[in-house]
Amino acid sequence: MSDARNDILGAVKAALKQAGGAGKADTTTVVSASQRLGDPRANLIPARGRLGAKARVDLFIREAEQASATVARVSSLSGVPREVARFLAKNNLPMTLKVAPGIAEPAIPWTRETLLSVDEGRADGSESASVSRAFAGIAETGTLVMLSGSDNPTTLNFLPPTHVVVISASEITGDYEESWSQLREKGQEGRFMPRAVNWITGPSRTADIEQTLLMGAHGPQRLHIVIVDEETPAP
Amino acid sequence: MESTTAAFRENTAKALGDAKLRDALSKLTDGFPASRREAIARLPEFDALRDAARDIKDHVLANLDFYLESFEARVVEAGGTVHWCRTAAEARTAILRTCKTAGAKTVTKGKSMIGEEIAINEHLEEHGIEPVETDLGEYIIQLRHEPPSHIIAPAIHLSKEQVADTFRDKHRHLSPGRSLDEPRALLDEARGELRRKFIGADVGLTGANMLIAETGSIVLVTNEGNADLTYSIPRVHIVIASLEKIVPTLEDATTILRVLARSATGQEMSVYTTFCTGPKRQDDLDGPDEFHVVLLDNGRTGMLGGEFHEMLRCIRCGACLNHCPVYKAIGGHAYGWVYSGPMGAVLIPGLIGLEEAGHLPNASTLCGKCEDVCPMRIPLPRMLRTWRRRQFERRQTSYPSRAGLRAWSLIARRPWLYRLGADIVVAVLAALGRARGRFRWLPLAGGWTQLRDLPAPEEGGTFISRYHLGEHGDGA
Repeated sequence: MSDARNDILGAVKAALKQAGGAGKADTTTVVSASQRLGDPRANLIPARGRLGAKARVDLFIREAEQASATVARVSSLSGVPREVARFLAKNNLPMTLKVAPGIAEPAIPWTRETLLSVDEGRADGSESASVSRAFAGIAETGTLVMLSGSDNPTTLNFLPPTHVVVISASEITGDYEESWSQLREKGQEGRFMPRAVNWITGPSRTADIEQTLLMGAHGPQRLHIVIVDEETPAP
Repeated sequence: MESTTAAFRENTAKALGDAKLRDALSKLTDGFPASRREAIARLPEFDALRDAARDIKDHVLANLDFYLESFEARVVEAGGTVHWCRTAAEARTAILRTCKTAGAKTVTKGKSMIGEEIAINEHLEEHGIEPVETDLGEYIIQLRHEPPSHIIAPAIHLSKEQVADTFRDKHRHLSPGRSLDEPRALLDEARGELRRKFIGADVGLTGANMLIAETGSIVLVTNEGNADLTYSIPRVHIVIASLEKIVPTLEDATTILRVLARSATGQEMSVYTTFCTGPKRQDDLDGPDEFHVVLLDNGRTGMLGGEFHEMLRCIRCGACLNHCPVYKAIGGHAYGWVYSGPMGAVLIPGLIGLEEAGHLPNASTLCGKCEDVCPMRIPLPRMLRTWRRRQFERRQTSYPSRAGLRAWSLIARRPWLYRLGADIVVAVLAALGRARGRFRWLPLAGGWTQLRDLPAPEEGGTFISRYHLGEHGDGA
């Protein structure tokens, strides 16, 4: 295999040299490749997400609904169980939930809602609904940013047919770049990427049969976002 | 996979006579371009983002060795393995070896054009491992043993009745009374069948839309969520990607993602965009124990720095297919191999040889729509012309067509000769056609007059001679 590695890198170097070297072929940027990796910079960011806190949350809601998600707002984390129970009842769904360990009791007082039967952990395909916690929301396109980890297993995002995501209003940013910066700040010694970062924009869908749009292809058929307004939004 | 590209003429004749295919293609080529237009109208920065995306890929290609080594180092740091492969055969070997080491019986698959390119399914089957495509369209065509007919809508050539017949034929447990009349019923049937496969798979094999040098992450974009079930349930995740998929940073990937879905389906963003970095972490509750990246060359380094260099910017969105008058008429299968449309007509001769795929660069009107809509601003028409020139130079075209082109180049480069010839031809045609005003048959123009009449020119000479005589539109 190392032969293949040397051959491929050798062929790349030879081709670039023949084309006039990296410098000549690359007239597009003055930043060298190593600088670019050492200090990642944003490229052009569309103006759409550059809004004040309130307008940003409103845009997030509009875009998420445009992508066929449903959105509800509650005033505090303790209001989440009631909202989830209301959502399940309204859609005639079973009152059982698999919740991410990070938002199990006591972070959210699930037991107060006696109709709900709540279990925590990863999903195995037998669940009817899951609840997990977003790291950020992107107003630009109504996208949720989910990080994998012991407190937030990835399978909860994809296996159950109904997925509920809890997010604070203050975690909604204008654009993706802002959430990358936040993630980098959170990390230690350059190791900031969790195993999986999942951007989710609406529920699963397919149009593979005669271009007919259908929800719930392999992932969830329903995506319900619960925005918690509790924390003071950044000015 | 085996190509039928050499039989392009026969493939085309068959496709043009297929009424069901025509219906399917018109749905696709009306729907996607309309959604794309709407999405772009909502984003004033779209063209500037295309420039930025193009610049990112140009920068990467000019520093490809650096970024590949950096990507490899980050993958290894995260606990993964990189397998460098020069050819399709080496990639098949690397994947099979990894599957065998894992003791795999079933491999679930996310949609991967590179997987098609190296025909990995056939290879795994030959060695007793069951590959299961999980993208709905890709699953349907796998059951039918067909290649994809579109990069992002692989089963677009099939009607729902054909899909229902396929499921009745292949899903043995299906009761005859079960209705499969509607797309929803077909989706539910496939979803149920594939759930069992997801849960039972030993290895998940996906492609990658991008590879990120900064973090060693691979990017997966789907609407169904099938790729996410493919990597998050089995013990082993294998990624197969060609080496030009690399981008420097998360920010660079983000810029390209902003133009990808809008160009492909007209969505603001695809439903699921996933960044996978290495295997399961110590306290993770789910995720694979092993993370392998099979990094494939298969002819890419040969394109680097040459006349097809810019083709390496391609992000496989399918916009050039959706807008191509030739693709719209014949669909993807006529192209005879994995890729199709303008990007296929440029890429296929490079990958399987101009001898085999010589028809493809000629099956274009050079209308330029593909370049207009390409999010990476790839000069596809110029590259099609380059292939045509090479065919001419290598004497791969017929004698009459080469003689005709030589004669044309002789005339076209001598304005006096061109005008003289045009004056004579126009005068003769005008005189001969005076009676009927049109020709039903002309020598050397049978291809035209077989299907339609040629209007006779008006008397009074060519445009240029009339212009010289002072017939300017403004003053007349």
